[in-house]
Amino acid sequence: MIEAELSRSVQRWCPGATGVTGAAKLSGGASQETWRFDITHPDGPIGAILRRSPKGYGAAPTRAAGLAAEAQLMQLAFEAGVPSPRVMHVLSAEDDLGTGFIMQRVEGETIARKILRDEEFAAARPLLARQIGGILAGLHRLPQDKLPELRSRGATQEISEFDRDYRSLNWPKPVFELALRWLRDHDPGPSVETTLVHGDFRNGNLIIGPDGVRAVLDWELAHLGDPMEDLGWVCVNSWRFGEIDKPVGGFGTRDELFAGYEAAGRKVDPARVKFWEVMGTLRWGIMCGGMMQRFRESPDHSMERAMIGRRASETEIDLLRLLSPRGS
Amino acid sequence: MQDEPTPVELTKAVADFLRNDITPLISGHQSFKLRVAINILDLVTRQLTQEEGSDAREVERLRALLGMDGSVTELNRALADRIAKGEVDLATPGLAEHLWATTMDKLAVDQPNYASYKRELGREG
Repeated sequence: MIEAELSRSVQRWCPGATGVTGAAKLSGGASQETWRFDITHPDGPIGAILRRSPKGYGAAPTRAAGLAAEAQLMQLAFEAGVPSPRVMHVLSAEDDLGTGFIMQRVEGETIARKILRDEEFAAARPLLARQIGGILAGLHRLPQDKLPELRSRGATQEISEFDRDYRSLNWPKPVFELALRWLRDHDPGPSVETTLVHGDFRNGNLIIGPDGVRAVLDWELAHLGDPMEDLGWVCVNSWRFGEIDKPVGGFGTRDELFAGYEAAGRKVDPARVKFWEVMGTLRWGIMCGGMMQRFRESPDHSMERAMIGRRASETEIDLLRLLSPRGS
Repeated sequence: MQDEPTPVELTKAVADFLRNDITPLISGHQSFKLRVAINILDLVTRQLTQEEGSDAREVERLRALLGMDGSVTELNRALADRIAKGEVDLATPGLAEHLWATTMDKLAVDQPNYASYKRELGREG
């Protein structure tokens, strides 16, 4: 099975490695899979992760940067001191494993609800909002001349794109219309500065230990754009997992996030952050609609997808709380 | 007129059977999927119980707001169009109240445990 190919692969590029054990699939859709395994080595086992598109699934969806770009970004982040796994190997044809890369496994927790509830993380939680600010500042400062080729997206383009996605669902939603109007009326236009934007930086895509953030994952939506987009997205209520009074991932306040960002030498534009939070809330709502559509059209009748379709109303109440709050 | 038990009673019976008799027998990923299945049946039960009343109230509000008649779907489409065209906005009397009432009714069916919903429900209490 996959262990045979992995064994042959690691022996080519990891000096001293004799094989692999314990390969297990962690997650996988049709086009992308994540596997964990251990590299057998005389100095002791080395924990590793494979991210790949299996053979025959080379093409990336339009919004995704692609696995090769993801590997390059993670390596660049690692070198710049942004918490990130070290990329050990980028797959080539002779690996016979499809396209993708192998990285060092970082121990810790990614499940947001556990991070927000478990005693193990109690000491780290109050520090995370500020720490995330510092990490985002580091990420937005990654050297642009070393970045892989990425799509470029500003606020105005994103509004049109979401408008088109929403209309293609043929799913009349007065609250979404209201949000689209608000976004057009508050479109901040091109940002003063264009930087790398992670695109999916949120609670759930971070590996966290008792000491804080250990790694930033899921770089597949990385692009060039307004750095304030990442600060807005991390505050979207859907990623607070019930801790609704702590906007930054359920960990802490916007002030703490902004202080961490500015302490690292970068400037925050709170109006733009709010714009991107509204945009992000609508974005997740439209994605829920996309899940409903895929549930209807694909033959597998996934109950999970069906139920995600029924979560669009969560984003409607959050949009109303942002755009038309009721008295306190 | 169809015979009884009603759809609500039937759906509830299946959900209770899965919850009480089958859950203890299943583990791993299948138990996650079973939980999703039970959540679906509970949602369907809530919708069957609440939809008629909430749709009727929604239609009444929409008629007053738009000055026209139609099904709940047609009226929602018309409201969406008017907001898109900028003919109706949050300054329009009754719009904010209508959207809040409608959204609260949706959450009561979709996700009554969602924290934002519980917070807003407390405000009404």
